[in-house]
Amino acid sequence: MGQDIGRVGIERVEGWGMSVGSTARIVRPRDLDQLRGALEEARRAGVSLAPRGTGCSYGDASTTRDGWALDMTRMNRLLDFDASTGDAELEGGASIRQLWRKALPLGYWPKVVSGTMFPTMGGAAAMNIHGKNNFKVGTFGDNLLEIDLLLGNGDLVTCSREQNAELFHGAIGGFGMLGIITRAKTRTTKVYSGDVRVRGISCHDLGEMMDAMQELVGEADYLVGWIDTFGSGSAGGRGLIHDARYLLDGEDSDPDKTLSLKHQDLPDAVMGVPKAEIWRVLRMFNHDPGMRLVNAIKQVSGRMEAMSGWHRQSHAGFNFLLDYVPDWKYAYARRAGDGLLQYQAFLPADTARDGFLALLAEGQSSGHTPYLGVLKRHRPDPFLMTHALDGWSMAMDLKVTAKNRAHLMETCARFSKICLAAGGRFYFAKDQVISPDVARASFGSERIAAFHELKAHADPDGLFSTDLWRRVFEEDPARTSHGPWPR
Amino acid sequence: MQDSGEPDQNSSSPSSVPERVLVVGASSGIGASLVRQLAQEGCQVAALARREDRLAELAEGAPPGSVHVYPHDVMDAGDVPALLERIVKDLGGLDTLCYVAGVMPMVGPQEYDHDQDRTMVRVNLLGGMAWCAEVARLFLSERRGTIVGVSSVAGERGRRMNPAYHASKAGFTTYLESLRNRLEGHGVRVVTILPGMVSTDMTAGIDKLVWPITPEQAAKTMISTWRGSFWSTRYMPLRWCLVMRVIREIPSRIFRHLNI
Repeated sequence: MGQDIGRVGIERVEGWGMSVGSTARIVRPRDLDQLRGALEEARRAGVSLAPRGTGCSYGDASTTRDGWALDMTRMNRLLDFDASTGDAELEGGASIRQLWRKALPLGYWPKVVSGTMFPTMGGAAAMNIHGKNNFKVGTFGDNLLEIDLLLGNGDLVTCSREQNAELFHGAIGGFGMLGIITRAKTRTTKVYSGDVRVRGISCHDLGEMMDAMQELVGEADYLVGWIDTFGSGSAGGRGLIHDARYLLDGEDSDPDKTLSLKHQDLPDAVMGVPKAEIWRVLRMFNHDPGMRLVNAIKQVSGRMEAMSGWHRQSHAGFNFLLDYVPDWKYAYARRAGDGLLQYQAFLPADTARDGFLALLAEGQSSGHTPYLGVLKRHRPDPFLMTHALDGWSMAMDLKVTAKNRAHLMETCARFSKICLAAGGRFYFAKDQVISPDVARASFGSERIAAFHELKAHADPDGLFSTDLWRRVFEEDPARTSHGPWPR
Repeated sequence: MQDSGEPDQNSSSPSSVPERVLVVGASSGIGASLVRQLAQEGCQVAALARREDRLAELAEGAPPGSVHVYPHDVMDAGDVPALLERIVKDLGGLDTLCYVAGVMPMVGPQEYDHDQDRTMVRVNLLGGMAWCAEVARLFLSERRGTIVGVSSVAGERGRRMNPAYHASKAGFTTYLESLRNRLEGHGVRVVTILPGMVSTDMTAGIDKLVWPITPEQAAKTMISTWRGSFWSTRYMPLRWCLVMRVIREIPSRIFRHLNI
């Protein structure tokens, strides 16, 4: 290695769902100098760099069949937290976990968190993630005040709504293709308790669920619907809503206790099974009949939960459902290349219900019933390549095996047709299936051209590239197969 | 719809593909036997050692294309990441790492030589840690693979003969156990091999070998051990397992008077 560029190794670099990935060189710089060194070294070697945080995107947003992966997780310092405003400043590789663990004892909670606490600031910004409160506070990007972006041309620029606004709105949700986010400044919410009030509302079908959620949009702080994906006909889209609210000042009799980190600990065991082993139990149910049973049990227990009314849950417990069971994805597969994919469709408010029902029916009839379905309410945001719209999203977890893979991709292509007909959008933290045509029809050629123009300016040599970029956006097919640089 | 339908490119192999094995310390003894046997079976073998001429001989004696040779000194731990990358590319992936490299200079009763001791620790322990760690990261990311470390029964007690050798092997045995525990549940297997006395260049200076086995026997046992699932720690020959159990229990105040 010509210069100090941080730790270098060879690894399988895969999406979180494990079904896409490849063996690649992975570079892990520790500071800005090493990061610059890595860019320089890649340029010299004539390869592209795939920016990557914790690798929490389900699909190919941070994988690369052609080039090096640039793992930013070692640049993970928490730089500043202003206890009077709740504004936090972190390096790009710092995680949501680091942020909330700093913020909560001081009475703050991140504005937007995902279902897992492990994404990095850079990754969360680049994919413009959202949480169960998207309808209320917008996306992760909506709550960012400022980012530092290391461009492909080597410039380090600070971007905000006032300064380099175009880059700011392009890089957020720009899947890392304009530059590396080395620093992010974000707002947090003042909270008066380490708990939220939660209640369940059981619903007989999708229409009922969406009506009930819509009614709560003005009152709830978080709203999320779990869908029994095996329900069909009149029970299509039945499920359970979780409505959660922050506690007001004074409502928690002992806030010091609930705001402590100890109170936020997720349980060590679920129903007597040690956490780390639960995936082995789940694996026994990871097939259609098993998941039909699990969904049915959840639907019944949801009814009971709905009858029990309001209860309290810690912020971490409510938000980070995906972290309850470590490695639960191994229930799907452990062999690289198998696993799961998530198809999350974003549909406008007026077409959402019928569109989602059509998607569920399509999945069931083609033999790819999702094992998990999640419904959320969204609102638009100002970012160039955003998935956010005034409408709804339904996420579906689909099992991928070597055998069903090709057929599943065909089914996903039909999903995309349904989404496009309903005026839908796609979200690249989840996607691994859409084609350039689908993207063009969904986002519009002008928007995509504008993004290309931004990239041409910020990363003129095409130093940053991922499998996602090459699959959906790369214009020149010759480049797609050989990478952006001659080999 | 494009892509994603195509099978993905990674180094995991269906069972029909021959095993791809990396042998560190391949120029003589157990390592050379391993390379010969694996190559004969049709495996793809990456053979690493300092002595290039020995490696060349190995490659010549093996079926064409089966043995890839890489001159490497395990004391240069900094070379490991780049070399591993090259090997994974050349072999199209990796299934098994065997760390066999080891040195045991004869130490006289009055001899206390730190340079010599340091060499033993660097070859027997640090080199093993460098290779195992680098490969562990690759295997962990693939949730598969087997790491085989050759330590020694000498790591079970500190005998009077060669303190640094015993310490380096004790360290490597413990390192491998710890690695095994870390990787438990992630699909990666770690196997500790504890040979007694193997009649190789290394033991040529010892007058009387106790229950000696040939390097060919040792290699054969090792291969079947890592391919099986029963043993995670394998004494060779097996009777050392019982013997060491007894020897481990001897109190130090007695052990220091015994010449064993």
